[in-house]
Amino acid sequence: MGTRLVDIASVIRSKNAGPYELTFDIIFKSAEWFEKVKGLGVINKSFVSQLLCIPEDNVLAIIEFTPASAIKITIKRPIVSGDIGETDVYGAQQHAPLLNTEFEIL
Amino acid sequence: MKEVRVLSSTAILGYGFPEESFMAGLKRQPDIIAADAGSTDPGPYYLGSGVSFTDRHAVYRDLKFMLKAGRELGIPVIIGTAGGSGAEPHLRWTKDIVIEIARKEKLRFRLAVIHGEVKKEEVMNAYRSGRITELPPGMPLTEKDIEESTHIVGQMGIEPFIKALEGGAEVIIAGRAYDPAVFAAYPVWKGFDIGLALHMGKILECAAIAAVPGSGSDCMLGYLREDHFLLEPLNPERRCTVTSVAAHTLYEKSNPYILPGPGGCIDLTEAKFEQYNDNVVKVSGSRFALSAEYTVKLEGAKIEGYRTVSVAGARDPVFISKIDEIINGVRERVKNNFSEISVESYTLLFHLYGKNGVMGDLEPVKSITSHELGIIIETVACSQELANTICSFARSTMLHYGYPGRLSTAGNLAFLYSPSDFKAGEVYRFNIYHLIQVDDPCALFEKEILDIKEGHNGNQTC
Repeated sequence: MGTRLVDIASVIRSKNAGPYELTFDIIFKSAEWFEKVKGLGVINKSFVSQLLCIPEDNVLAIIEFTPASAIKITIKRPIVSGDIGETDVYGAQQHAPLLNTEFEIL
Repeated sequence: MKEVRVLSSTAILGYGFPEESFMAGLKRQPDIIAADAGSTDPGPYYLGSGVSFTDRHAVYRDLKFMLKAGRELGIPVIIGTAGGSGAEPHLRWTKDIVIEIARKEKLRFRLAVIHGEVKKEEVMNAYRSGRITELPPGMPLTEKDIEESTHIVGQMGIEPFIKALEGGAEVIIAGRAYDPAVFAAYPVWKGFDIGLALHMGKILECAAIAAVPGSGSDCMLGYLREDHFLLEPLNPERRCTVTSVAAHTLYEKSNPYILPGPGGCIDLTEAKFEQYNDNVVKVSGSRFALSAEYTVKLEGAKIEGYRTVSVAGARDPVFISKIDEIINGVRERVKNNFSEISVESYTLLFHLYGKNGVMGDLEPVKSITSHELGIIIETVACSQELANTICSFARSTMLHYGYPGRLSTAGNLAFLYSPSDFKAGEVYRFNIYHLIQVDDPCALFEKEILDIKEGHNGNQTC
């Protein structure tokens, strides 16, 4: 049985960071959970690439932000905000796959 | 103790605020009242078309409170990114509202209008002299991009605002501006630290979003001191906590430690967030790092075509199970029926809510698990007429499309409305999102000073 991300995070969200990027924030319920997940190094480029079915090169940054006990993932938008065929202008509903994520945390 | 108090009324002018919160803010004797009025989040349409994404009535309501309070307390009122995108039509729209309020409320003030639209010749000259760079993952700029854009705006920094304040402005409305600038300009002008002022502005620009519970339509007060600042929500139902404020620092940006803006970066690597009292957070250690060259972010949008959409639903399980082949069949029929129309002159899209309508290619769930589908048939074409033609034909074809195993031979779609098709008009796309290098931070942004007397202006231009 893994630990579900929804059980150890208080915020899981996505949003535009300008029209070309999507950014995902995972804010952990405590500094302890943040440190544990950070220590495991499980939120990495390969994880994001598999989760969202995108090439690793399109995962632009994964940054640990200690003051907020948060991990931030930024990806290149598959389609620029508002371009023809784009489906989430504000980028606010792209976080859902993270809600199903589980990790093995001892 | 040296202190400047900045009242942020709302996350976006027109998003509103409770009168009680605003009054609580005024009681704390702010030195300025400011609001950011815009964002690129609503997409390219608003910049491209010159229309505001906020409603006139709602903007009038917020501005009326702010302008009246500004005059009563004798403090400046500053608005940035007027009209949502801050190009010329947006600024004019906001200026008309300000003048109407002044007339109806019998207000007198010195108004500075700072223009954010950048002339194409100016951008072209900069491009040709190598003063424009792309912001990855965006593409390099081309001359065609400059020629084709309907509006180009530049995100002004604090300097044009400071100039306006030096000129005695009591109300400033500006075109496209770096969001924190409207909050930071006055404190920097008064000699406060620019790093702290900008970081405080970065949080205040979203007003009470940085509190818990967060809200984009409630007020927040910032107290800037010599080596720190405090953030206080003005609604007793909200608190600022270390987590809520630090979390907000992450919001809508790719790297929370380094926040680039006009002329440099806010550097938060040493920033400290502390609980000051039950609902107030103290922030210190934010610094500003000057960049070697002063750059301003440009934003532009161009027209891409014309859109028509048709809205429907499906509940038949056989139809739903065959949706992909049905769509392919409809596409073929459209192509075949209008063989004289080049397929390059239009885009035909089927958005399937219940399958991957929200996430598109990013959707990891590949199979449909829903008992019903929402279907948006969308066409973007080089003319509205062609968009109407293709959308209408795709809609009628899908309605009566015969597929193997079909039982419901009377029709495949449940239309939500009559008419079923909607002409959505011009479609725009962002085609400029680049940095322009300037020698003078104010050079791109022209300014007018008007003496408003009960809604009449003295037309004094600088």
